[in-house]
Amino acid sequence: MKDRGMEVFILGCLIPLVLGAFALAIRRPRIAPWVAAFGVWLGCGIAAVPVIRALVGSVPPSLQIAWNMPGGSLTFGLDGLSAFFCLPILLVSPLAALYGCQYLAHEKKPLGSVSFFYNVLTASMLLLLAARNGLLFLVLWEVMAISSFFLVVFDDEHAHVREAGWTYLVASHLGTGALLVLFALLGKQANSLDFSLMARAALSPTMAGILFVLAVIGFGTKAGFIPLHVWLPEAHPAAPSHVSALMSGVMIKTGVYGLLRILTMLGHPSAAWGWTLVIIGLISGILGVAFALAQHDLKRLLAYHSVENIGIIALGIGAGLLGLAWNQPVLVVLGFGGGILHVLNHAVFKSLLFLGAGAVVHSTGTRDIDHLGGLIKSMRGTAVTFVIASAAISGLPPFNGFISEFLIYLAGFSGVRADAPGTVILAIAIGGGLAMIGGLAAACFAKAFGVVFLGEPRSSHATHAEEVSAAMRWPMAVLAAACLGIGLLAPAAVKLVLPAVQVVCSGSPNATSRVWEPGVPARAYEETPYGVTANASVTTAMASLMGVVQISTVLLLLAICLYLIRRYLPRGREETATGTWDCGYARPTARMQYTASSFAQPLTDLFKIFLGTRKQGTAPEGFFPQRATFETQTPDAAREHLFVPLFRLIDRALSPVRRMQHGRIHEYLLYIAIVLVLLLIWKAGSR
Amino acid sequence: MNALRWTLPLTAWVLSPLMLGIINRVKAFFAGRQGPSVWQLYYDLFKLLQKASVYSRSTSAVIRMGPSVVLACMALATTILPWGELRAPVTFVGDIILLAYLLGLARFATVLAALDTGSSFEGMGASREVQFAALAEPSFFLGMLVLVLHFGFSGLSKMVSEISFETWQTSGVLLTLVGCSWFILLLTENSRIPVDDPNTHLELTMIHEVMVLDYGGPDLAFILYAASLKMWIFAALVVNLVVPMHSLTPWWQAPIFLLGMVFVMILVGVVESILARLRLQQIPKVLIGSALLSLIALIVRLMG
Repeated sequence: MKDRGMEVFILGCLIPLVLGAFALAIRRPRIAPWVAAFGVWLGCGIAAVPVIRALVGSVPPSLQIAWNMPGGSLTFGLDGLSAFFCLPILLVSPLAALYGCQYLAHEKKPLGSVSFFYNVLTASMLLLLAARNGLLFLVLWEVMAISSFFLVVFDDEHAHVREAGWTYLVASHLGTGALLVLFALLGKQANSLDFSLMARAALSPTMAGILFVLAVIGFGTKAGFIPLHVWLPEAHPAAPSHVSALMSGVMIKTGVYGLLRILTMLGHPSAAWGWTLVIIGLISGILGVAFALAQHDLKRLLAYHSVENIGIIALGIGAGLLGLAWNQPVLVVLGFGGGILHVLNHAVFKSLLFLGAGAVVHSTGTRDIDHLGGLIKSMRGTAVTFVIASAAISGLPPFNGFISEFLIYLAGFSGVRADAPGTVILAIAIGGGLAMIGGLAAACFAKAFGVVFLGEPRSSHATHAEEVSAAMRWPMAVLAAACLGIGLLAPAAVKLVLPAVQVVCSGSPNATSRVWEPGVPARAYEETPYGVTANASVTTAMASLMGVVQISTVLLLLAICLYLIRRYLPRGREETATGTWDCGYARPTARMQYTASSFAQPLTDLFKIFLGTRKQGTAPEGFFPQRATFETQTPDAAREHLFVPLFRLIDRALSPVRRMQHGRIHEYLLYIAIVLVLLLIWKAGSR
Repeated sequence: MNALRWTLPLTAWVLSPLMLGIINRVKAFFAGRQGPSVWQLYYDLFKLLQKASVYSRSTSAVIRMGPSVVLACMALATTILPWGELRAPVTFVGDIILLAYLLGLARFATVLAALDTGSSFEGMGASREVQFAALAEPSFFLGMLVLVLHFGFSGLSKMVSEISFETWQTSGVLLTLVGCSWFILLLTENSRIPVDDPNTHLELTMIHEVMVLDYGGPDLAFILYAASLKMWIFAALVVNLVVPMHSLTPWWQAPIFLLGMVFVMILVGVVESILARLRLQQIPKVLIGSALLSLIALIVRLMG
């Protein structure tokens, strides 16, 4: 019987579209989101079947439909890489959709369009991962960008939201511009836009290098590599929280996917590519978290953490590329493996954090961390899931973030050869870099969780907070369980990643790794020397992960036991409640608590040359000070010092051209006619 | 053999409070006092476990669970530490990364519990703790990288058990540099002078002690015991690095290891007696200096 996997997958993608369009037509605003969310659940449920089958190792399904488009073809496929990247979408999208129904329930405006575009975004991402043709890929890429733009500008009555949407649209299209050039060049070399043919194109090293740079710029803009990250801290806070969860947790990963997919087509990588990604990863990782520390808008802080985590992913992919270039299987397997697993992990905890932030905003009406405090007492469920996600994003055991960072550490340290200085520099970058990123991330989330949820309420916003309803709490609980589940089932999670790693390596026409292609029986691959070392490193990593899992399990049990002992130890003795010890000061107020800004100040001072934090205020004066104010602002350095001047320059250079644009339609028609005639002449001349 | 491996964690769990007693006796000796008994911490722990607890009205479940998490992390971290050639009960490739992150989890729990009280003092301590930790962790990993370069990457037990007199003859400089770097980390992570002063609670410059101001009774006992385990962990790392265990016969390794631990404690006591605490702004420089020591060791190793 013919495998119908691909048809089932596409059906799964079409259902959200149909029900989303149906929601658009529904008049009653309360029902529209639920209809659309039902479509997402149904569609993702159906699409999950072929995805899981592809992951556990059946033959990857594929499908080709004729398309009346020059250079285009409706070719779809679902290999290990695509299927793994589908996982976060299939997990996060339905949960965030359910959350969104409740989150938007108090809105006065019609909800049909936001539900529709949410479904379009989900479907376009899934189809994008399965697309096997350059033109089809770009069309879906554009659909994804535009549908997410409409989601970002949902609250378009606010000027800052419109501005954020504009920034996102411009950044997104600059990235797409690089991708257009990339696919045009690669397609010309291969004489086709089909991925399978593009992968066989013979590229000169210079050409491959140019294509790699274009891919880093184009896909890096979507993923959020510094300095291309400028849209993230604008768009994520502006969008509704369930949309931020989907965009930050899942959508930016399509950039990572695109980069990996292009890498399979560029032939054997040079070491310079690996170093490029390692450096980008370090800069994005450290500066991303440094900027996050300086923020006091909760969602903006989370957006910068996406930049940080993309940095960690880039670090892993860079290590994998260096492994391919140096022919070191251990770096390949563990570097790519850690980087790709972090994609899933980040999707889980980051979407959970955005949903948690959304619950806080929903319940208090403010995103300013310094106005919150003590929410753990009124919002217990949200607080528990938020602290789990905070520990996970800081890379702490027993949660999932630790597992992928652990793999990247293993890659760095196991790859060290005393006779190859390059490997040592890589290990320094990974060991020192990841340790610093981890330490700073823990600091930042101690601040975010501590100031928002612990202590005393700092304003009336926080005093009157109430727990959100069950439709918002359950998605968070599921994601929190996933954080712990992936942490405790680490070896199984790594097994899911390995097919994806194999696909990424398939592009390297290295004699030793060519056999490592999907479809080739495992035995043939295992017998090559390369395969033997790769397998040995997988086995070692699995043994280490088993050790980690054992310790994590014992840790959980031991902590619970100690807590129970501690709870029942003072039986019969009285437990007293009193005020926090205040050094004898008689009238402490909640305003005297350490704020987010004061908590982060020592660390932001360390990074002040990069951050450029502006401090304003009046200091208290005299013996009986009356009034004092203090305020800090940390605008994005790349936006302020790179893009604003750059765009001003471009604006000035292009201002003469503005004369062509008068707003007279007949002139525009003339332009179009002239271009068409010129095209005809050119085409006729070339015959 | 496997049962024998558990002797080290058991020793750590039993003897670690003694180590802090030794430090206090050394400090008393330098100050010309008689000082408390070396067993004082055992008495304190016993006394605190019998007390009732007082909680601030501002607090939540976080401060009640914090001490258990911290103690569980520290108790498990000791199972990764080897004892000369006797392997640790838990050993696998990359176990030292887990060790570092267990300490990280303990720190995260301490910091959150401190913020739970809503006290600005504890906020200050928490803020400083996370700042210094972010600088100390890279330093720890760079030191480890020197070992990795020398012995190949494997479990901590395997790496340190290969250090012998010959290693000291060929690469004594490296081991000394990393040893110094890790000793600075020991002082930082355990809040000793010159970074922090364990004796005072009330100055605005405290780090660790100020974070645990609002604990009492059994909670304080957990915290104090966990702190003594943490001191044991760092001291054991330094001793394993510095003592050429490979050259000793197995029966000598355990006594020499314990002797080394006592020696490290005396060293900490001496440092505390003869140095003043640094200004808070200077501490990042000390930590970056400690990372540089390991980096220099790496460069020496690569050149040589």
